[in-house]
Amino acid sequence: MALLEVSNLDVRFALRQGEVRALRDVSFTLDRGERLGIVGESGAGKSVAAFTLLNLIAKPGYIADGSIRFEGNDLARMSARELRRVRGNRISMIFQDPMMTLNPVLSIGEQMVESLKAHRRISTREARAIALHKLKQVYIPSPETRLDQYPHELSGGMRQRIIIAIALLLDPDIIVADEPTTALDVTIQAEIMTLLRELCEKHNVGLVLITHDLGVVSQMTQRTLVMYAGRVIEQGPTREIINNAQHPYTQGLLNALPQMTTPGSRLNQIPGSMPSLANTPSGCAFHPRCQYRYDASGQPRRDCLEEVPEFVTSGNCDVACHMVRDMLAKEAS
Amino acid sequence: MNAVATQASPATASQNHAKAESLLEVRGMYKHFPLADGFLEQLHFEKGRLVRRNEQVHAINGVDLTVHRGEALCVVGESGCGKSTVARLVMGLLSPSAGEISYDGQRIDNMRGKRLLPYRQRMQMIFQNPYASLNPRMTIQQTLEEPLRFHHPDWTTPQVQDKVADVMASVGIDPEWGKRFGHEFSGGQRQRIAIARALAVDPEFIVADEPISALDVSIQAQVLNLLMDAQAERHLTYLFITHDLAVVEHFGTRVAVMYLGTVCELADTRSLFASPKHPYTQALLSAIPRLEDDRPEHVRLSGEVPTPVHLPSGCVFHGRCPHAMERCRQEVPQLIVTDDGNQVACHAVEEGRI
Repeated sequence: MALLEVSNLDVRFALRQGEVRALRDVSFTLDRGERLGIVGESGAGKSVAAFTLLNLIAKPGYIADGSIRFEGNDLARMSARELRRVRGNRISMIFQDPMMTLNPVLSIGEQMVESLKAHRRISTREARAIALHKLKQVYIPSPETRLDQYPHELSGGMRQRIIIAIALLLDPDIIVADEPTTALDVTIQAEIMTLLRELCEKHNVGLVLITHDLGVVSQMTQRTLVMYAGRVIEQGPTREIINNAQHPYTQGLLNALPQMTTPGSRLNQIPGSMPSLANTPSGCAFHPRCQYRYDASGQPRRDCLEEVPEFVTSGNCDVACHMVRDMLAKEAS
Repeated sequence: MNAVATQASPATASQNHAKAESLLEVRGMYKHFPLADGFLEQLHFEKGRLVRRNEQVHAINGVDLTVHRGEALCVVGESGCGKSTVARLVMGLLSPSAGEISYDGQRIDNMRGKRLLPYRQRMQMIFQNPYASLNPRMTIQQTLEEPLRFHHPDWTTPQVQDKVADVMASVGIDPEWGKRFGHEFSGGQRQRIAIARALAVDPEFIVADEPISALDVSIQAQVLNLLMDAQAERHLTYLFITHDLAVVEHFGTRVAVMYLGTVCELADTRSLFASPKHPYTQALLSAIPRLEDDRPEHVRLSGEVPTPVHLPSGCVFHGRCPHAMERCRQEVPQLIVTDDGNQVACHAVEEGRI
């Protein structure tokens, strides 16, 4: 059994203008020590997916359907008290903005001791020793002095390292990282990502990495989930998705990267933009932007317009696309 | 590795220099921002005495740049390296603390008011954040008409409207959008409108400060294509500020790499990406997350970017540089021309150590 098993997750936000469906029928699994990437553009629902993993969806949002089974227990149906035992302890989270995540009025040491003592019955002295050890693990220079410093005294890269140290503090089984390096420069990003990957490998920690950067996913993860308009549209081993994407959207996303064309020539753009989650197109949500939405006679395909595509398995990847389904059927016959 | 690339590029480099005509020249530019503005803020109490201390942020420390007509010069660097300040100084939105900026042979940094007006029409700017750069109280039509009415006060209303319709068509804006306001559009659409506004007065030179950083990948490609089309159709010259090296590799004719307010390497795009000379450029290039998985491990830099308030002595990069020696700590390196016609400011490269 997988360590984390998300099935048919449906998350909605009840707004005055009507209901916004942020996640629809999202299912995936994560094994112990596995690194999974969730990719998509803004509005794809990837951050909502990350927050839902810890049941952090606040009103007016709610989990309408589906389950998040962690070691067999459903996080979606746990009481607040039970959830507190999981959050930060077994599953911890790294948020996007290192400037906002740390409490500005507590020193680094106080914040680290606080979360240790919330989960374990240990003395402050023991907690400080563990905190110091974790700071050393993330290569913070002069960790003893850092314990008594406040967040504003540290740079962005240093803060994100401390946040990683806090995420590792209670030796969790899973870390959920929501765009952990978007606010940082490339050289710092490379350092933080390498650090995160090494620590996950060393301690056999599972990682769910939310990002919009396909390069980061390629360097960091073993499996990838591509999201579009609240749905998973393709998932499979990262290398296969990068080298041989099946879904037209994934292909478009990869081909739009400047590396994919010779310098100076026109980039392969996807026309249009991501639909709003309050008003997603019928059928396959990608159909208005998809170049394969016409049949051989140039007419719009009825199934793309009307039916939500089911997953079909192509190689080691699962793809939700009518065109891919037809191609596979043709090959089989 | 370096030797191979140096053999290959002199021909292309010298060709570029032969036909290149400079449009914008920046000479010995400095820009300092005072940390404490008022007199009272500058007073500090030290050892029982009241002292006045005026600390400054050294944003730009001696930058020389030449933008050739028809090229796209990209300025790259990490946050705080002064790349946006360069853009603002060139556009006259800030005035330099020292140095000269000349455009088409005419010095413009000391001009004001009416005399600067023709240059304001020839040079236009596209800003980073399309959510902040459009006036929320103006319709798109008003936004696009404003620069035309300002620069061509003698034009009649039909003339202005024709021109707006033209420029809307050229960037792929539906004429229906004219009646709507900025907030009704997505980021990519807004950036199109901002580009249309810049193109409305038919400029020849565009400064683009991170124009695609706030956009999604698929939209970035749309906007970059638009910028490249505009360059081909209108023979534009770009000064393109960005931190995204993949975009630079695709878009730039030449690249200037900045670190702490100085240019550390200036080279044509192909040779910069094939054989970066400066240790900082090497580290920066190795840090790009690539799609291939057989990439060599990235060059790890020790430490972090120092504060521009107290600049390091000598080479500003020496504290993080794996090749730093005593000379690097004391003497500021100047941009030297290497044998392939590119420029690099590094003692180690000059001495042949790397």
